[in-house]
This record gives sequence, C-alpha cells and structure tokens, in this order.
Amino acid sequence: MPQYLLSVAIDPTDAAPSPEDIQPIYEAVDAFNDKVRESGKWVFAGGLEGIEAATIVDATGSEPIVTDGPFAEAKEYLGGFWIIEAADLDEALVWAKEGSAACRGRVEVRPFQSA
Amino acid sequence: MPEDFEAALSRIHREEYAAVVASLVRRFGSIDIAEDAASEALVAALEHWPTAGIPPNPGGWLTTTATRKAIDKIRRESNRDTKHQQAAMIIDPTPPEDSGVVDDDRLRLLFTCCHPALAPEARVALTLKLIGGLTVEEIAAAFLVPDTTMAQRITRAKRKISDAHIPYRVPQAADLPARLGGVLAVVYLIFNEGYLSSSSADSIRDDLCPEAIRLARLLRALIPTEPEVTGLLALMLLTVARRPARVAGGELITLGEQDRGRWDRSLIEEGHALVHECLAINRPGHYQLLAAINAVHTDAPAASDTDWSQIAALYDQLYAVSPTPVVALNRAVAIAELDGPVVALAAVDRLELTTYHARHATRADLLRRLGRSSEAAAAYDSAIAATDNPAERAYLTRRRGQLTAD
Repeated sequence: MPQYLLSVAIDPTDAAPSPEDIQPIYEAVDAFNDKVRESGKWVFAGGLEGIEAATIVDATGSEPIVTDGPFAEAKEYLGGFWIIEAADLDEALVWAKEGSAACRGRVEVRPFQSA
Repeated sequence: MPEDFEAALSRIHREEYAAVVASLVRRFGSIDIAEDAASEALVAALEHWPTAGIPPNPGGWLTTTATRKAIDKIRRESNRDTKHQQAAMIIDPTPPEDSGVVDDDRLRLLFTCCHPALAPEARVALTLKLIGGLTVEEIAAAFLVPDTTMAQRITRAKRKISDAHIPYRVPQAADLPARLGGVLAVVYLIFNEGYLSSSSADSIRDDLCPEAIRLARLLRALIPTEPEVTGLLALMLLTVARRPARVAGGELITLGEQDRGRWDRSLIEEGHALVHECLAINRPGHYQLLAAINAVHTDAPAASDTDWSQIAALYDQLYAVSPTPVVALNRAVAIAELDGPVVALAAVDRLELTTYHARHATRADLLRRLGRSSEAAAAYDSAIAATDNPAERAYLTRRRGQLTAD
C-alpha cells in the first residue's frame, strides 16, 4: 500500500501559543494519533525541536563538514510529521485534513517513492 | 480516400476517444499506456477502414483494437519491467456507492482529470486532452501558450496522478457535490476561454465553446440527478445562442443593443426547457441561477421588455450562494433599470474591484446616463486601460467619443 508523508509547516515568526492554548492542540493531536493507530494506517510520527537545534552534515566532498543551522533560510520549517499508509491520495487527503485541524497547522502531503 | 471518410473518421475520433482511453485507463491503470494504445488503434482504423469499411460499432472496434495493442506492449515490456508495471496500477477495491451517478469510465477519468490536487490549468489541459480528444498542439493554441509549455504541463500532471496515486474513480457520495463543483468549474472555464476570445477568425479558440457544451451534455447524461449540471448546460446554451449578435464590425454589441433576430432560437428553446427542468427540481445553485438570469434576458422580444425585477431578484439569490463583487456589480446593472442610475452608481462605488474593466465600464455608463460627462470619460478611460479585448475596446472608445460636454 502507498505511504505518504504528512508534514506540518511552522512559521517561526508566529508567536508561540500560550500553555493554555497549546493544551487542547496536544489533546487533539493525541486523539488523532490514536485514530490513525486504530485504523492500522500508522507508520510513524513525531514532532521536531526548533530549527535552532538543527545541524548540517555534508559528506559529499572529500572531508565531512559539520555546520550549525538548517538547510536554508526559509519562511516555513518542518515542525513535525506523520507517515501513514493510504490506499490512494484521496484517503491520504482525508487523514491530512483531520491532522491539519488537530495540530492547527498547514499540512503538505507527499507520496513516498514506490518500492 | 474519399473526403467523407476523413470527416467520418474525425467525428468518430471526437465521439469515441474519451470512451476508448477511459476504458483502457481502468483496465491498465496507466494514462500513458491508454493514450498510446488509443492512438495506435486510430492508426489501425486509418489503415483498415478505407478498404474494409467503417465497422457498425466503431467505438467498440477501437476499444478492442486498443486493448489488444496495450496487452501486446505490456507483454513485450513485462520481462524487463515487471515491478514498474505493477506500481503503475491504480486499482479501486471499493464497490461503487449508489449516488445517482452512472458508473462510466469516462466519468471516472473526468474526476481524475479535475482532481483538486492538480493545478487548475493542468485540470483544463488534461480534460481537453483525455476527454475532449484534442491534441497538445490544439490545446496550446487555444490557451495561447507554446506547444512545449503545454506538453510539459500535461506530462507533469500525468506524472503526479501516477506518483501521488490520484485515484481513478467517481468520488463517494459525501464528496460528490464538492468534487462535481470542481469538474463544472473546469468545463465553464473551457467555455469562457472560447467565448471571451471574441476574434471570430480564431477558429481553434471558437471550438472551445462547442467542446465545453459537449462535455456538459456528457456529464448530464452520466449524472442526470444533479441540477447544477443541467444549469451549467443551460447557461452555456443561452450564452452561446447570443453569440451571432455579440460582435459586429469588430465591435462588441451590448445585450441591450443586440439584434435579437440574430439569436439562435433553437439553442434558446433548449436552454429554456433545461431551466424549467431545474426549477421543477427546486434545488437552486450557482449555475442554475445564472442560467435563469440568461433565460429572463432571452425571453424578452426586445431589450425594453426585459423583466428587470425578476433579474434583480435572481441576482439577490445568486449573491446569497456566491457573495462576490462581480455578482454585486451585475446586480447593480439590474438596479439601474429598476431604481435608476443614482442608486446603482452608489452600489457600484461601494465595490472593491478597481482593476476589473466591467466595473469601470458600468460606472462609465451610469455616469453617462446621469449627464456627468467628464467623470464618465475618465471611467471609460479606466475601462479601456483594463481590457485587452479589441472588440470591447472598440465599443468603449466609440461610447466615450459620443459623450457630450458637461
């Protein structure tokens, strides 16, 4: 069955939600995660620390180079993601709509390459 | 080869292409395989039919031949590329739900072509290519882009359908209204692309109107229970019926000044019958209301007979389902006839449509009727600057020249 990456975009210029705002989001995401697990479509999911914790490793040259920071300056960063199984894009989009509503973020849906 | 054979072949191509391709897409799960096999079948028809005669069921002949060509090709390639072939299959395991929709391969393919995950311009191009049977060159000419750009757009869309596993099926009942709205929008876009290109010398763009009407007729045959499909068909028929009177001497003729004797009565009658059918179902929607407005206009023997109060009431209903400034602008035109240009001008001035030529043209006309010539001249200038359409510019320029000094 095809697998899809549902990734959540974060705009770092947005103010971080207050503890009382974030609690219902955590609960909604937990409930959504449970629903994906129960459906048998769960592969993996996780939230990421901020981009200030990112490190770049480049071993494409003769010597590996380690530098601070994310790939490139961008308006949005990957905040977290789900990997799910779905019969087709329409099913993946249904999950993405629920996930987007739960985490209150825009979700990008990308198919994994077929094996 | 007799000429009527070529005409017959071209007609069969247009009528049968979608069914042949759609049937093969369902069977083989690949648009590319389906298209290649369909064109091979057409070449075979070109070879066999002049001597053997056109078969009694040419569509069936083409589908059978194309299926055989596709199987041959898959067999040839299966040894070296089994895995890839399997990956390309999009199989729909869910049984179809009874949603008043005819289970038809063309309809499945149409929903794939108009999938919201595809860019709008790609939806239009794929629909014209796979359902309309137009060539890449014809579609490129109709949309005034280079052939390579259009070819790339279509290739990219087909790759996304395959890579993202966009399904090949009629949406389930819960999603059907929204997804059907997307299909109707594509059909209406194709129509307007043809209709608004007023240069009659441009035959390829002219072909887009009949093509859109053909698509709507097909949709209506496949989804007879949905009045918005009927409404869109009626709207396009009632619009295209006025086309012969719309431009004269390279200049746009407004509805009020058109020679109504040049309107196509048979199209108007068909459109009116469809509008009545919608009224009987009584589930009004965007396209049905636009069709009803056009029915009122085409019902009037002369412009002065127009039932403006009914038109204003229909625009009120339309504004309730589609609250856009363009609808409000058109409503103001009806208000000008009912309550006079002062009331209408106040309504137009409230709209935020500063770059829309029709707003400036409407303002110019209302100011002209109020005798405010210098303001009218400025509004005509804004309208002329905001449109590229030569016939419309010619009309606006003439009207501007007729203004008398304040």
